[in-house]
Amino acid sequence: MAIFINESSRVIVQGMTGREGRKHTQRMIMSGTRVVGGVTPGKGGESVLFEEDPVPVFGSVSEAIEATQANVSVVFVPPKFAKAAVLEAVEAGIELCVVITEGIPVRDSLEFHQAAKSSRTRVVGPNCPGLISPGKSNVGIIPAHIAGAGRIGLVSKSGTLTYQMMFELRDHGFSTAVGIGGDPVIGTSHIDCLQAFEEDPETDVIVMIGEIGGDAEERAAAYIKENITKPVIGYVAGFTAPTGKTMGHAGAIITGSQGTAAAKKEALEAAGVRVGETPSQAAELARGVIAELRHKQSA
Amino acid sequence: MDLLEFQARDLFESFGVPVLPGLVASTPREAREAYERLGTQVAVVKAQVRVGGRGKAGGVKLARSADEVEQVASEILGLDIKGHVVEQVMLSPGADIAEEYYFSILLDRANGSYLAMCSTEGGMDIEQLAVERPEALVKLPLHPVEGVTAEVAAEIVEKSGFPEGDRAAVGAVLEKLWVAFRNSDATLVEVNPLVKTGSGQVLALDGKVTLDANASFRHPGWDAYEASSGDVDLERQAKELDLNYVKLDGSVGIIGNGAGLVMSTLDVVAGAGKDLPGSPRPANFLDIGGGASSTVMANGLRIIMSDPQVKSVFVNVFGGITACNDVAHGIVTALEVLGDEAKLPIVVRLDGNAVEVGKAILEEANHPLITVESTMDGAASAAAKLASERN
Repeated sequence: MAIFINESSRVIVQGMTGREGRKHTQRMIMSGTRVVGGVTPGKGGESVLFEEDPVPVFGSVSEAIEATQANVSVVFVPPKFAKAAVLEAVEAGIELCVVITEGIPVRDSLEFHQAAKSSRTRVVGPNCPGLISPGKSNVGIIPAHIAGAGRIGLVSKSGTLTYQMMFELRDHGFSTAVGIGGDPVIGTSHIDCLQAFEEDPETDVIVMIGEIGGDAEERAAAYIKENITKPVIGYVAGFTAPTGKTMGHAGAIITGSQGTAAAKKEALEAAGVRVGETPSQAAELARGVIAELRHKQSA
Repeated sequence: MDLLEFQARDLFESFGVPVLPGLVASTPREAREAYERLGTQVAVVKAQVRVGGRGKAGGVKLARSADEVEQVASEILGLDIKGHVVEQVMLSPGADIAEEYYFSILLDRANGSYLAMCSTEGGMDIEQLAVERPEALVKLPLHPVEGVTAEVAAEIVEKSGFPEGDRAAVGAVLEKLWVAFRNSDATLVEVNPLVKTGSGQVLALDGKVTLDANASFRHPGWDAYEASSGDVDLERQAKELDLNYVKLDGSVGIIGNGAGLVMSTLDVVAGAGKDLPGSPRPANFLDIGGGASSTVMANGLRIIMSDPQVKSVFVNVFGGITACNDVAHGIVTALEVLGDEAKLPIVVRLDGNAVEVGKAILEEANHPLITVESTMDGAASAAAKLASERN
């Protein structure tokens, strides 16, 4: 099972012929992802060799879908062309479109999110590391060797914090780890992932990483209280961030009294989420919960 | 990217939003010349700073003659308003204000769209109004592409309770402000106050504009804004080196990769320093990004070591795409280049991609300033302790 991607995901790479696209396609293939094609406008009919195996390049997403039955696309095209690329994937009816590109103007991403709303496409990102269901499929740039398969579901805005947390909990492993992205407006929210993990029979425990800015964590807290029965462990980054300064992610900015780490932690705790002070402490809490679950199961 | 008032005024004007004339001056002499060019008797001299509350701080004054303008400008220029030193003033003619309104368009993250806010009770602090009299502030979610159409503008002015006679004139200005917002890739356009003059004209009297830095590739004119962006010196130097750096107040310099991990590192350092003498805190945010080369690492280290407040440095890298050997190499190179200038102890924690090679490079260099720690929490404690001892 896992969420959003699994061993039967058929992936196309938009921007596969570019430097980043090529590098990460190689990594995805190495970690077992079924990459069935690439899309670069004007380069249809070519192919790219990955360890001697040619992967066909198509001129458009719809051609790629028709030829390969792809259901997932991952976008590595530069910010200038990202809007057109995502709109194309949405219009072609792809199920999942994972947008790795960093630096897309928010006006452009609002436009493709709007288009995705009335379509069958789920967008993850932009400005995200993608997602991995270890051993099954890896769509994006998360290094596959950090942790293997297990029963923890992980959702985070940040790439490196995702890696850090996977590393901390590599002894247990993950059903799926999703990096939803650090932009102010993103396609798949914490709540979408929480809901999917709740429904996933291969996930026992959910770890949720938040950061300053916006109110996504507060909303997630309210959602957890009402809808999530599986244990949730939280971690929030940005307690020391000053107001009015963007902390790297375009979305990580405290404006006025809104979006502080303290408020998010409080909201999560009020919803019954155990929140760690540091990534290792959160990992420790998760380990404790897993031990409790095992104990109950064996009792 | 936040614009100064005169930049917002000029931007509004270029989109046909009615504004008052405004002339910028950086010296009292220039202010006098600007006054003469304005040709009005009463002039308002306003400090150009990216912070609210300038009126109370003495940053806005009326003047009625060239001499008085020069005098007032010399008082305002150089004024420190909440840490922002006034380098420019804007001169505008006095306005005959009959009514003050409020209008803004902003990015609404929660709903993944834009939001328009409007009130017939402008002039005051809008956050205060929103708390005290929420019914006086109309909020309308906008379609992310359509925005403020004629119909939407009509809905906003009606809901806000503008008298029927004023609705058309105000609505027309709202539509123009949307065009200005959209076409200039803004994430905030706030007009407070939007005024009606005695003669019934609607004017945007003061504007706050935030632009989406990600869109700079399609706005070549933005270079001028960046040159005056109000960054402190180290931030400006870091930007020139393409480093993602924010200056903070503490004594532990931080370098890491990835915004989330660096934010987390700041917290862990602050936590580790809390109970130590002098309570050392992080001195900065510095994200060297994914796939950072050794040059980037070296540049980062140089920026941090040139901050006189810094007493120790913590390099925290989880190699996803970034290779730890590049990071280690960058640290060693930077120390070679800095030579005797490098005096600060550096605590390094590496994990992930090529970690063994990275650690081996540091071990071989055997530099007296470098300590390698195996966990993030342990390294944070070590760095905080060093900063505390050296305080």
